[in-house]
Amino acid sequence: MTFSPELEAKFADLVTHYPEGRQRAALIPMLMFGQEEVGSITPEFMEEVAKRLGLNTMQVDEVVGYYSMLHKKGMGKYHVQVCTNVACMLRGGAELYDHACHKLGLGHKEVSADGVISLEEVECMGACSWAPAIQVNYDFHHEVTTEQLDTILEGLKK
Amino acid sequence: MALVNVTINGVQVQAENGALLIEVAKQNGIEIPAFCYYEGMSLQAACRMCLVEVEKAPKLMAGCTLPVAEGMVVRTESEPVVKARKTTLEFLLSNHPLDCPVCDKGGECELQDMTFKYGVGESRFTEIKQHVPEKQWSPVVFYDAPRCILCYRCVRVCNEGMGVGALGVSYRGVNAEIIPSNGDHLECDECGSCIDICPVGSLTSGIYRYKTRPWEMEHVGTVCTHCSNGCKTTLGVRNNEIVRGNNRDKSGINGEFLCVKGRYAFDFTQHPERLQTPLIRNAAGELEEASWSRALKLVAEKFKALAGPDFGVIGSTRTTNEENYLLQKFARTALGTASIDHHRTGDVVTLIDSLSGKTGQLATAEDLYTSKAVLVVASDLSQQQPLLANKIRANVRHHKAAVYTVTPGPVREDKIARKAIRIAEADSLAGVEQLREALSKEAELVIIYGDAIQGEKVRQLVAFGESLGIPVKYVALVDYANSRGALDMGLLPDLGPGYHATAPGRSLQQMLDDPKLAALWVVGSNPLKGGKSLASTNAFVVVQDLFLTETAQRADVVLPAASAYEKNGTVTNVCGQVQRLKKGIETVGSKADLAIIGLLARGMGVNLGKVDADAIFAEIAASVPGYNQLPMPVILTGGAVQTHPVNGGVPPSSVPGIIASARDTLFTTGSLTRYSKILNEVLEKPGALYS
Ligand code: SF4
Ligand code: SF4
Ligand code: SF4
Ligand code: FES
Ligand code: FES
Repeated sequence: MTFSPELEAKFADLVTHYPEGRQRAALIPMLMFGQEEVGSITPEFMEEVAKRLGLNTMQVDEVVGYYSMLHKKGMGKYHVQVCTNVACMLRGGAELYDHACHKLGLGHKEVSADGVISLEEVECMGACSWAPAIQVNYDFHHEVTTEQLDTILEGLKK
Repeated sequence: MALVNVTINGVQVQAENGALLIEVAKQNGIEIPAFCYYEGMSLQAACRMCLVEVEKAPKLMAGCTLPVAEGMVVRTESEPVVKARKTTLEFLLSNHPLDCPVCDKGGECELQDMTFKYGVGESRFTEIKQHVPEKQWSPVVFYDAPRCILCYRCVRVCNEGMGVGALGVSYRGVNAEIIPSNGDHLECDECGSCIDICPVGSLTSGIYRYKTRPWEMEHVGTVCTHCSNGCKTTLGVRNNEIVRGNNRDKSGINGEFLCVKGRYAFDFTQHPERLQTPLIRNAAGELEEASWSRALKLVAEKFKALAGPDFGVIGSTRTTNEENYLLQKFARTALGTASIDHHRTGDVVTLIDSLSGKTGQLATAEDLYTSKAVLVVASDLSQQQPLLANKIRANVRHHKAAVYTVTPGPVREDKIARKAIRIAEADSLAGVEQLREALSKEAELVIIYGDAIQGEKVRQLVAFGESLGIPVKYVALVDYANSRGALDMGLLPDLGPGYHATAPGRSLQQMLDDPKLAALWVVGSNPLKGGKSLASTNAFVVVQDLFLTETAQRADVVLPAASAYEKNGTVTNVCGQVQRLKKGIETVGSKADLAIIGLLARGMGVNLGKVDADAIFAEIAASVPGYNQLPMPVILTGGAVQTHPVNGGVPPSSVPGIIASARDTLFTTGSLTRYSKILNEVLEKPGALYS
């Protein structure tokens, strides 16, 4: 499997971040960065990463299943993540998620037919101080109300 | 290693510094309950069942990962420990379906036992249990996630024990479960080790599930009949049917290891095409059912009339030592022929000759686990010699053994090898030579070779081994359950029992090719497989077999024989280790080959002495070099004893014979596996797991 030169450079750099013999520690960042380029965590991608880090594919598969931000199925161009963990839940995160479901006609980890938007109910993203929080790709939105959510979603469709 | 003093439950014991507490306790008769800890596998510390109280430690400690140290004071039954154990069980059961009444494991389930012994009758959890439907991953492996306690035993046995790595744990929390290699199914060895090692009824076996309860079976310890490795297997027999094969008591040379064939492929005994009545070719040229007495009478008369040098006998690589011994004795004496042979699959004879005058140089299966180094020449061990491959993997894991491979294609052993040489089989010795420097630096070595090394090449390989200047042992690989026994018992055209020279006769191929052959008696073999024919069109052919094989179809009389699971006797494995077969079931209409030979002898008026397995074994022990002085108690109690074949040199053969391994895979061995329904369902691509 081949990757862009930028990603290759990134991979090459990543493995140097860990002590000799612990290169497998680069697994999660490699999967994260790779996912962006490949679009999802495909079996070939898992195999390739396993080969590069001296793991067996099963071990990679285990990690992919464990972390909800790693997707075996491709997500939309804009991946909307709504937190419903404790802090956010107490400040209306669950209602926000319900609202998003209705508005988009999507459920957890579902993608719109045109592939533009996908939705995910996520655990704490470390933005509790500004709960309820949502994340669109890597952009955070704090203290989100349903109205603000509508605006954000409208903005994505354009 | 230094000894340290440890106090467990008030008793002072000594233990090796750094030994695991759980093991130290066990050695001193104290049980620390455990789920995820498993002897021989890597440590996991996932279940918390083994918590113990250690003085001066702030919290309870996991006994399975705790190395003992001087002055350590441990309590395994104190109040906090008992309480923690109950909590652990309560937690493990929080999402457990408690469907013991229908679960296969009920009665031999570790979770059931622990709950009974330590558990609480009530749970504080009132949440609705999360149900996930059961999944089928292959014809033989089923997974029921709610029953799983996530001990990782299956994951480790597959990865470490089998070298396959087809199982993993994925997802989180209450959703965590075992996942198979290929999304919704397994592509693996299908060995069933994961099912066997599962402490609960989470992984279940396709052929055993819902069939019986453990206490309703009779457990018969015998030897697998499929390959030459000779794994001990405990057959679970119910109503004269084998429903399970495993070796949970870890007795025998294989411990608890069994491959897919040993674990599942006993169903050939039940195959509808199994012969259950003798067949005689009638005037119309068709095979017609006949009574045993008519068939035996006819064969005895014909044998008597046709006895002489033009009589051919082909023996089996699956029948017992006793049967092989009696067959050649009968052939050489009563039938007056020297034309006797069998399907030879490895050159043991030249090895024994090359080692003449030396002792202790034939490796046992155990040597592959203990030797500091192993060299594999021209064999795909994981496919063809599953137990030996398993021993080598364990040796690497536990003792960091050095493995070297010289093979034409990729093999699983490459992954654990210090050096893997890819070279055409014909050039194997050149490949071996490339390893000279590395090998001579090893402290000791076991060399295993396949059928590409025969005749002169065996001598060269032994010369190479002997020139290394280190202790070297050898294994000449053969294919079938009693291939070695067939050689040892003298089913050879110029060697009698114990490799003693006899008057030469025809080899197997020469018998098939000789138009003058008067009669051919084939016991448990299929020489006409693959469209071969018999040159002598008039030869009177008698075949003893389980099925109407290609050879049986050419027979004038077919006698239905019993399988290895249906008789007593002994077999000798690839390493020359003798083990005992114990009768598990009976198939109506068939007879053991030993009994058939005895009845034919009686019909001919020939006195062969007492024809039962024990009496013949006594005769073998008294007369066959290598089989004398075998400690009978070990064999009788299901152990394995290595024979010490001749030491004085084997005369060079005057009869050109053919040695060819059938190159079976994990999922085949000769004709029996063709009749195993389950093996034919388990469609795997041998070798696909190597890349
Ligand atoms: S059957 Fe054997 S090879 Fe397959 S998953 Fe289970 S342990 Fe692994
Ligand atoms: S399936 Fe069995 S062996 Fe595997 S983790 Fe679950 S309980 Fe343990
Ligand atoms: S390795 Fe050979 S003897 Fe052992 S279970 Fe498999 S086929 Fe039977
Ligand atoms: S709980 Fe929502 S960001 Fe922490
Ligand atoms: S046995 Fe110690 S944690 Fe499982």
